[in-house]
Amino acid sequence: MSAFVALDGVSHVYAARGGSSGGTLAVDGLSIAVENGEFAAVVGPSGCGKSTLMKLATGLQFPVKGTVQVAGEHVTQPVKIAGMAFQAPTLLPWRTTLDNLLLPLEIVEPHRSQIRRRRGEYVERAEKLLASVGLGGMGSKFPWELSGGMQQRTSLCRALIHEPQLLMLDEPFAALDAFTREELWCVIRDLHAARKITVILVTHDLREAVFLADRVFVMSARPGRVLVERPIDLPRPRDLDVTFTPGFQDIVHELRSHIVRARQ
Amino acid sequence: MTRSEFYVRSAPWLYTLAMFLLWEAAVHIFKIPTFFLPPPSAIAVTIVEYWGPIYRNSLFTLSTTLIGFGLAVGFGLLLGLAVGWSRAIYAGLYPLMIGFNAIPKVAVVPILVLWFGIGFLPAVLTAFLISFFPIVVNVATGLATIEPELEDVLKALGASKLDIMRKVGIPRTLPYFFGSLKVAITLAFVGSVISESIASNYGIGNLMLQAQAQFQVPLIFAGLIALAVEGIVMYWLMAVLEARMTGWAQRSGFAQT
Ligand SMILES: Nc1ncnc2c1ncn2[C@@H]1O[C@H](COP(=O)(O)OP(=O)(O)OP(=O)(O)O)[C@@H](O)[C@H]1O
Ligand SMILES: [Mg+2]
Repeated sequence: MSAFVALDGVSHVYAARGGSSGGTLAVDGLSIAVENGEFAAVVGPSGCGKSTLMKLATGLQFPVKGTVQVAGEHVTQPVKIAGMAFQAPTLLPWRTTLDNLLLPLEIVEPHRSQIRRRRGEYVERAEKLLASVGLGGMGSKFPWELSGGMQQRTSLCRALIHEPQLLMLDEPFAALDAFTREELWCVIRDLHAARKITVILVTHDLREAVFLADRVFVMSARPGRVLVERPIDLPRPRDLDVTFTPGFQDIVHELRSHIVRARQ
Repeated sequence: MTRSEFYVRSAPWLYTLAMFLLWEAAVHIFKIPTFFLPPPSAIAVTIVEYWGPIYRNSLFTLSTTLIGFGLAVGFGLLLGLAVGWSRAIYAGLYPLMIGFNAIPKVAVVPILVLWFGIGFLPAVLTAFLISFFPIVVNVATGLATIEPELEDVLKALGASKLDIMRKVGIPRTLPYFFGSLKVAITLAFVGSVISESIASNYGIGNLMLQAQAQFQVPLIFAGLIALAVEGIVMYWLMAVLEARMTGWAQRSGFAQT
């Protein structure tokens, strides 16, 4: 059986603007395989093609070379089983927090055709999800009435509301303070444990990667490919205290040295 | 109401009053002849004296302006959506629209007269032509500036282009659209008055032209005042509409204190 998300020998070129020749070779010969239910973290130097990897895996971009498979199928259009969250929360300012959460349900089948009839049910689901990230009762607020951390939580909830099998997170905590960030690590950790979904997390924070992931992939500088694949065998469930243990620190240092080398 | 709020509320009236007082004083101090620049008091007397024609012609100008403006809103919205929808349509229409917008509308009036005769229709069409460009540009800009990340989030959910347009494109374009209405309504007045003063027997533009022919300078200024009042009222209506429809986009407290 092949992996849940499988990129095999993938190269991707962003066309130069104005259609002239050249363009940017963002990733080259990139292979990565993420198993069903696995938590994968991707780290690497800035501009090495991590966000590109996310776009390729979700069918927002298509490679010039190599194959992309998700859930056993070749990706030829945007996959419909993914939830995404980015560094910016990208909430709609004209919708309340609750209505922002309902947005994916207005788009994804089978919810799309049911949302009129079952709205009450969906609202309940959204409120539960909000409560699970510590935003209980905030549904009626508009995004601009929330703090940055709260907006990011809402954005996470929006990525999860339609119960996707695949969660793609592109530096979702980068703009947050250390305490909020660690709080949200735990939120993600618990969601992953409870729902058994596959998560791919792009991050610059090595502690974040080691704390959350089953495997960490280190990418080379652009054009990016996977240099090192490091399984993290710290026992689960992991507590924040684990980040202060020597074993944890060793892994972080090891990854750091890989990245330092990748940057050269 | 606090003190500073009181000042803000009364500021428009005080500033307007001050402008008229300065004007009046300047005319008297520098002994400017009435046929050159009439004082506000003389204009006020003229407005009372000619109230009937001023009122009738104002209504006429207002109606041609509003009809032209209405057309501009309809077509501008449609064209803006089309231009924002497809890059091909954008690429094809943009140079045409820029070129078209660069043509002084005064130059178009004679052609309109040739086609439709003088009076009502050329005024409506000039108002339409001059005011629809800002609407198109603003609607298209609103659509073109959707955050790519948000588009990605929706596409990864399987959203169609129409979905993205309905859920994100159009709502986020509304502030641009309503903002452009304030500009467009003012321009529409310019258009209808241009047309009236070239080719019409009605309207404030025509009234001013006749006043000029008869050297009734205070009446020319009375016409200007009538236009200014209509312009302010319509602009204010659009601003109220904008605030009503897109309150979420106006959260900034900048310049409110
Ligand atoms: N839309 C685009 N058009 C053209 N080039 C692009 C585009 N997006 C990314 N690139 C280029 O592709 C390369 C990889 O970009 P990507 O966004 O995947 O990097 P990244 O690893 O996510 O970087 P960061 O860590 O800074 O977010 C970069 O050199 C970038 O300039
Ligand atoms: Mg990135």
